[in-house]
Amino acid sequence: MKYMTINNRKVAFDDEKNVLSVIRKSGINLPTFCYHSELSTYGACRMCVVEDDRGKIFASCSEVPRDGMVIYTNTPRLQHHRKMILELLLSSHCRDCTTCKKNGVCTLQNLAKQLGVSYIRFENNKPVLPLDESSDYIVRDPNKCILCGDCVRTCDEIQGLGILDFAYRGSKMQVMPAFNRTMAETDCVGCGQCRVVCPTGAITIKQNIHPVWLALADKNVRVVAQIAPAVRVAVGDKFGIPKGENALGQLVAALRRMGFDEIYDTNFGADLTVMEEAKEFVERLESGENLPLFTSCCPAWVKFCENRYPNLRRHISTCRSPQEMFGALIKEEARMDTEDTRKTMVVSIMPCTAKKAEILRPEHYTDGEQNVDLVLTTTEITRMIKEAGIDLSQMPSEALDMPFGLSSGAGAIFGVTGGVTEAVLRRLIDSSAAEDLERISFTGIRGTDGIKEATVPFQGRELKLAVVNGLRNADELMKKIESGEVYYDFVEVMACKRGCMAGGGQPVPIGPRTKKARFEGIYKIDSVAQIKRSNENPIIQSLYAGILKGKEHKLLHNEW
Amino acid sequence: MRIENREMLNQLAEYAKQVIGVSKCRVLICAGTGCLAGGSGEIYKKMCELVKGYPDVSVEFGPEIAHGNGPVAVKKSGCHGFCEMGPLMRIEPMGILYTKMSVEDCEAIFERTIKKGDVIRHLLYKQDGIEYQKQEDIPFYKKQTRLVLKNCGHIDAEHIEEYIACGGYQAFAKALFDMKPEEVVQEIMDSNLRGRGGGGFQTGYKWKQVAGQKEKIRYVVCNGDEGDPGAFMDRSIMEGDPHKMIEGMMIAAYAVSAQEGYIYVRAEYPLAISRLKLAIRQAEEKGLLGDHILGTDFSFHLHINRGAGAFVCGEGSALTASIEGKRGMPRVKPPRTVEQGLFAKPTVLNNVETFANVPMIITNGAAWYRSIGPENSPGTKAFALTGSVKNTGLIEVPMGTTLREVIFDIGGGIKGDAEFKAVQIGGPSGGCLITPHLDVSLDFDSLKKMGAMIGSGGLVVMDSNTCMVEVARFFMNFTQNESCGKCVPCREGTKRMLEILERIVAGNGTLEDLDLLEELATTITDTALCGLGKSAALPVMSTLKLFRDEYVQHVVDKKCAAKNCTALRRFVISPVRCKGCSKCARNCPVGAISGRVKEPYVIDNSKCIKCGACESACAFGAIHIEA
Repeated sequence: MKYMTINNRKVAFDDEKNVLSVIRKSGINLPTFCYHSELSTYGACRMCVVEDDRGKIFASCSEVPRDGMVIYTNTPRLQHHRKMILELLLSSHCRDCTTCKKNGVCTLQNLAKQLGVSYIRFENNKPVLPLDESSDYIVRDPNKCILCGDCVRTCDEIQGLGILDFAYRGSKMQVMPAFNRTMAETDCVGCGQCRVVCPTGAITIKQNIHPVWLALADKNVRVVAQIAPAVRVAVGDKFGIPKGENALGQLVAALRRMGFDEIYDTNFGADLTVMEEAKEFVERLESGENLPLFTSCCPAWVKFCENRYPNLRRHISTCRSPQEMFGALIKEEARMDTEDTRKTMVVSIMPCTAKKAEILRPEHYTDGEQNVDLVLTTTEITRMIKEAGIDLSQMPSEALDMPFGLSSGAGAIFGVTGGVTEAVLRRLIDSSAAEDLERISFTGIRGTDGIKEATVPFQGRELKLAVVNGLRNADELMKKIESGEVYYDFVEVMACKRGCMAGGGQPVPIGPRTKKARFEGIYKIDSVAQIKRSNENPIIQSLYAGILKGKEHKLLHNEW
Repeated sequence: MRIENREMLNQLAEYAKQVIGVSKCRVLICAGTGCLAGGSGEIYKKMCELVKGYPDVSVEFGPEIAHGNGPVAVKKSGCHGFCEMGPLMRIEPMGILYTKMSVEDCEAIFERTIKKGDVIRHLLYKQDGIEYQKQEDIPFYKKQTRLVLKNCGHIDAEHIEEYIACGGYQAFAKALFDMKPEEVVQEIMDSNLRGRGGGGFQTGYKWKQVAGQKEKIRYVVCNGDEGDPGAFMDRSIMEGDPHKMIEGMMIAAYAVSAQEGYIYVRAEYPLAISRLKLAIRQAEEKGLLGDHILGTDFSFHLHINRGAGAFVCGEGSALTASIEGKRGMPRVKPPRTVEQGLFAKPTVLNNVETFANVPMIITNGAAWYRSIGPENSPGTKAFALTGSVKNTGLIEVPMGTTLREVIFDIGGGIKGDAEFKAVQIGGPSGGCLITPHLDVSLDFDSLKKMGAMIGSGGLVVMDSNTCMVEVARFFMNFTQNESCGKCVPCREGTKRMLEILERIVAGNGTLEDLDLLEELATTITDTALCGLGKSAALPVMSTLKLFRDEYVQHVVDKKCAAKNCTALRRFVISPVRCKGCSKCARNCPVGAISGRVKEPYVIDNSKCIKCGACESACAFGAIHIEA
């Protein structure tokens, strides 16, 4: 064990990659804007500067810890520098905090408060730049950008996309897509991870709150909500509910009070997806065509595959995503219901920004009608609950509406990487025995690794499966698949690291502890679920005998 | 013809010496950027034409005129250094240096000097009433020790044979055949050669670290992104003696077992780029670059990368990023360049002048090198001497020479009647030195103690007509424009410092502004990410320390003693001298001058826009700027 002295206290460390980690481990939360343990060290914000015993000042994020090091984290010099850096950042930053979407969750705002910056001696003479509202999922406000580069590195290093980068030099520097393009003109897939890491209001979610309020107030509109698997473990974040705790019951209660007419579960849609995708998989295994089968639940992944691997496009499952299957079902039902004269509006509550674009894709229309009308992210529904004056933590737990409130544990785990694969496997192995289910969970498809592989025996053959999260990982795998270097029968991809529970629409910040709590929260929902397998969901069974009969393809699949 | 072994290299050197020796007269016309701008290209053409008509003409190794065995050779040489007096022409063997010449002088030079050996006196350099016939006697040259620049101005930079004739590539051959790579590294370490790019880091130590890396793919990179305003040492070496630098890189490559090298040259140096390209091509043709050099197993390929105009690309990690095709931004260290530099491989990164020092260290030995200059900063240093000094130009002196010798002996003192005020050294990263510092030894450590740095070697001399606040504003404007924008202190801090300085020179500064400048300067210096950022505030800190009175005068009295700052100028009409002709009033664009004809006129300073139109219009010298 090695030791360093931090503020006159001896601190042990072993393999921490930088001094900052050692400092944080010792209980001092040194402020940073640009440091993320999952990204490369950028070292630009200079907030994490520390002083050594010889008076040398350096950034702790980029210094390797050495045995016997003596450092101070809060000397008057450092206090001066941090305040000055904040003052400089604030001086060229739009300071309309009260009307900013990030009010209260902005790192810049919080640090200004934490470090007691009480005056700005410099005028903000930066020209006001236009907002980029071109995309369906995010809004870029360059006036609020502090150029920490978190979005740039996330888009490049985690997602392998590189949509955003720096342009211009010095104080004229900006983050933007290449060639001054708007977001809509780029190959952005809408994962929203840039927005997750943005410490300020420079990248925010494109909001659909207003039209939902209007619809809720309209007596002639029947507003049907569906709640995605990953929403329930994150929606409590801003209401003091412990991280990762399932707040579905409270959310249902809140939505009812806000005027939603019917509230269902996207987990039910996920169960439908499992049924269809498993069927399609078996068909493809039999015909040997278009293998591997790529999952289609993640719209960011679908768009990524279309953009970068168009010749592998046919491998993507024709199954609509859970929200779309569910939306199509509700809309079909409404079309058949001649008594109810109200217009049906399907509102999805999703952890995801890309879902906002998915609903607009032409293949997600049925009979000329959009399957899902609006997508609200978890962050937006949080906003709406607050606007309505509701404290989610004080809500009683209420049940979802029936019949589509019933779902299996297989549907629940769609919210994490590996979940779709596990759910499909549960459908394929013709058994509900606990040991068989456990065997699946131990094949190696669970966990947070970027690329996971598993081999599962099925009908006398070995199925080769791959589970990927993060698009850079997906890109890596696709290259190998394309070149024939590797072979799989089934590939699950989720664009966001660890899956939907860390999606682009979830409440921020999403730190390592939050991620862990949500991850565990989702598996907990599965572990207490009465029904583990989608095909055992009685409502699903009755649907296939009823409304879906003969319409499986029309309602649940896309024509490619 | 390819040189296959050391023996052939020696033969070529002998042959080249003979060919050059045939010429009884060599005319070396400076083709450095400064002289070319002064018309030396035309002079070269004219001289070629003239000697063409002369029997038995020779322009050895030159394609322009057919070879012969005659007595006259006309050469395009690199920078002679005496840029103030350009265009320059040196005539050998007499050693005559003709200065400030033009195409019209060519005929006379040909007829009288070349044919008859007469000196054309009006083209000679004169100082304090003395005419200097021989270049070597001119005080500007006499006080210098030109080792790195030895060949600059004396050989034709466009022909490798000229370099080989004066011992070129012998140091490389010595390293390659007589020394082991680790011996080469040791020799450089023993020489205590320190990086000439600014930091003064020990070159040999750098090489040793690269040589000791586990990774076997290594690179040698030359930093030719000389971006300091007023600095042109590296450019002159690249233009005037490109092979010396290339040889230095080759020795480095051998010492650290690198197979690929890159020269990063700023795009603003087109002549340097074309000369380097030519030099590389010629070295490749001769088999000095490429595979199996001189018949050995050693291979080294050299590439040129043009910088796209960013000053920050002179910083090591930004430079390697730029070569890789990425945005030129410094990155955090570690890993350092010696561990993970270009393409994340161990990289030797030195600047042009450093590499140009290497061959002579190998040839003459570390002990010889250490005998020049002070112990901790041995060797010589090239400086670009500019500003209010009589003899501007490129000079080379041993480290440890005093500023006084440089400015007054070599530079010839201050131009005009003004007095010496300060010298700005080290460009935008450097500081100022004033009269009490004149006898300080110019070396890495002494300057650092003074709050300045040698930097790459720009020396801007300033006289009493220079406003130091304006100087600080100038450098801050440069730094602010050239900041890459990555780290907050440099990006936002320099912007705010510039705003304050602009305010001060516009007469709107306050005493609090001076404190704020200091506050900003300490934060930038302590916390910026890269070396350029850390030193960005130095020109302000240094002037604020040495010339605080001037700052106070600007913000309190709203006066600029040097009369530099336009906004602080106050034009007045002397009632004694004014004849009341009304010309000033008629020339004033804003109607700020009023009066009656034949009576003294007056300027309303609240209306005056300080354009100075009245001052230049007045026939009686009645209008002046109030001190």
